[in-house]
Amino acid sequence: MPGSVFTRHFLIGLLLAWIASAQAFAAPIRLGISPAFLHDRHALLGEWKTYLERQLGQEVAFVLRDSYRDMLELVSQGKLDAAWLCDCPYVTANPALRLIATPVFRGRPYYQAYLIVPARDVATRGMADLKGKVFAYADPYSNAGHLSAVRTIEQLGHAPDRYFRRTFFTWSHRRAIEAVATGMADAATVSSYIWETLDSQASSATTRTRVVARSEEYGFPPLVAGASLTEAGFANLRRVFLDMSRDEEGRGLLRKMNLDGFTPPQPAYYQRSREMLVPTPRP
Amino acid sequence: MRLFDLSLRHKLPLWGGILIVITALTVAGSNILLTRENLKRNMLTRSEILGHTLTQTLYTAITQDDVWRAYETLDALKRSELRHPGFQIEDFILLDHDNQVFTSTLPEHYPLQIELDAIDPGFLGLRERLAAAGKNVLVHEIGDKLLLAVPVIADNVKLGTLILVHPTDYYLASFTRILKRTAWTTLVVMLILLPINWYWGRRMTAPLSLLADRMGDLGKRPPEPIPRHMHANRDELGRLFAAFDRMSVELEEKERMKREIVKSDRLAALGRLSAGIAHEINNPLGGLLTALDTLKRHASPDPVLTRVLPLLERGLTQIRDVVAALLVEARARSRPLTGQDIDDVHTLLGQEAHKRGVETRWENSVAGEIGLPASLVRQILINLALNAIQAAGEHGRVTIRTHLVEEHLVLDIHNDGQHIPPELMERLFEPFTGQREDGMGLGLWITHQITRQLKGNIVVHSQPGDTRFCITLPLGDENWLADASA
Repeated sequence: MPGSVFTRHFLIGLLLAWIASAQAFAAPIRLGISPAFLHDRHALLGEWKTYLERQLGQEVAFVLRDSYRDMLELVSQGKLDAAWLCDCPYVTANPALRLIATPVFRGRPYYQAYLIVPARDVATRGMADLKGKVFAYADPYSNAGHLSAVRTIEQLGHAPDRYFRRTFFTWSHRRAIEAVATGMADAATVSSYIWETLDSQASSATTRTRVVARSEEYGFPPLVAGASLTEAGFANLRRVFLDMSRDEEGRGLLRKMNLDGFTPPQPAYYQRSREMLVPTPRP
Repeated sequence: MRLFDLSLRHKLPLWGGILIVITALTVAGSNILLTRENLKRNMLTRSEILGHTLTQTLYTAITQDDVWRAYETLDALKRSELRHPGFQIEDFILLDHDNQVFTSTLPEHYPLQIELDAIDPGFLGLRERLAAAGKNVLVHEIGDKLLLAVPVIADNVKLGTLILVHPTDYYLASFTRILKRTAWTTLVVMLILLPINWYWGRRMTAPLSLLADRMGDLGKRPPEPIPRHMHANRDELGRLFAAFDRMSVELEEKERMKREIVKSDRLAALGRLSAGIAHEINNPLGGLLTALDTLKRHASPDPVLTRVLPLLERGLTQIRDVVAALLVEARARSRPLTGQDIDDVHTLLGQEAHKRGVETRWENSVAGEIGLPASLVRQILINLALNAIQAAGEHGRVTIRTHLVEEHLVLDIHNDGQHIPPELMERLFEPFTGQREDGMGLGLWITHQITRQLKGNIVVHSQPGDTRFCITLPLGDENWLADASA
């Protein structure tokens, strides 16, 4: 009967409108993902998003940005509820940001900066051999991708601005690795987490690079919360991250992320990062 | 034999074939040259457009010192170029304002922040040329590379230069493909055209060479007509054939007439000769016969004379008969011919025909008097009908038709017996040429003489089983009457 069909359609329409409005009211939690993680692995991000939404009982929106600074801006402006950011002091020592969780990589909440050169370059033994070369940085705010190299040059007694013939920013560790692999840059310092993860995937880029030197350990880039995240939200988010290693699906995701899990952050993890902010005194 | 002496049958297809090959090669060759130039130009134009498009996005990378973004843009393009079958661009080099390498897709060769001159000795002159080119596009060749330099311009200020590196033979891959295709097409066209040309040439020249053969035969043997199917069209060839046919018919006619003239001349000469001899003999013969008559009547009986006189008489009578036969005299007094005369001849010969077992058929449409001497026409009819009856032989058939056609009397005597052999045909009407044992062979001679004197003509056709004598005599020539009355 036409009448009943119309009625049914009307009811379904109402239902859909209600669902739409309900979703609009329950705003998603906005999570920024920076190049500290492999933020261009969209398939993995998709799986993780589904997992997080189920665990949180809330919709999750990933926001991807290349630049740490852009990301930091968004967090401080309240446009992001939380973000996976770098370990630089602007993040780890920022009173406005609450640390949610620190990833555990190879059993420890730390990572290193790798100094890499193209694989065909067999002569370079360290930063001292790279004077006058082309150097690729990841991000000005990155410890592994920028500050560690700057400090090393300073320790060698050179001015970082003039040490290399040319420097440029690639805005991610993965691209810095590619820059070295293709020969664009003669060297770069990159996150050990990113290098090792790509290498474990038999990435062609890492096989064309050689790790010349490994830095001391820095606290792993943490997940931080901005002011817009409520206490309940913060607690909920931390619970979900810390519990990831407890269920099978979470462990599967962690394996794909090349991480062991998440741990509650300790300020001590980031002590060395904070020290990096201070320029090495000129001899 | 020289090449130009070859038969048209070979020469025409050969020339046609050579022309086709030359044309095909010329068209293909010029096409290829044109294509090569177009290809070179189009590919460079394409590169130039690409370069201009790229500079629109690259200038921000230069101004913001974003080496990596510029690299990624160019590298992605290089990869897609590599995948493209008409691949032509090897590499991109982006130079900054100071002509130092800002980024490149082949950093091993063109490292960052390197002076242009330091890259390669070939790049030495490029800096000056770039300066000279200003804001224009520059094409520069270095060894095996062709560089297309597109300035990066923003707000009318030159910020750098994008160099697109091509191999000098950048167009070669596409060109080879086109070349192969053109070669195949040309080959196929030639494979189609050459047999058509060969067939057409043969077809064109076959009638011509036949004509040439026939022309060559002229004068040696009677020309055969050219078969119609050889060339049924009314073009120049058709007209030529028609003319040839006409000419051969005319030639044949002329030849026949020449033979006729010779024959009738000979017969006339013979007539004059025999008439002269007959007259010369007739005079003394008359005396001799008179003398013989006198002797028979008045001489005293003598046994020798009695034996010799009949001999003499028979001999002289025979001479007189022969001479009389030779000297056909049309002027003999005669009355006009009537239909009854012809019926009389029918009756006269009926017995002879019956005796010989020949079936005769008489068709006579002549009735009443007509203006021809009865005795002479009867003579002709008797001669020809007797000949026909004898030639037809037993069970043979003879048809004799007599009728008037347009002021002419036509005598048509046909038999289906032995035909007249060709060698005899030539001398048929000459005296003493008869093929029969009996008779002196004067019958046709007499017939001919009479016909000639009556200004008629004789046509003879003879082939096995079909021999026809057709005599046409004009009416109204009253000379014989006038002569007879004189």
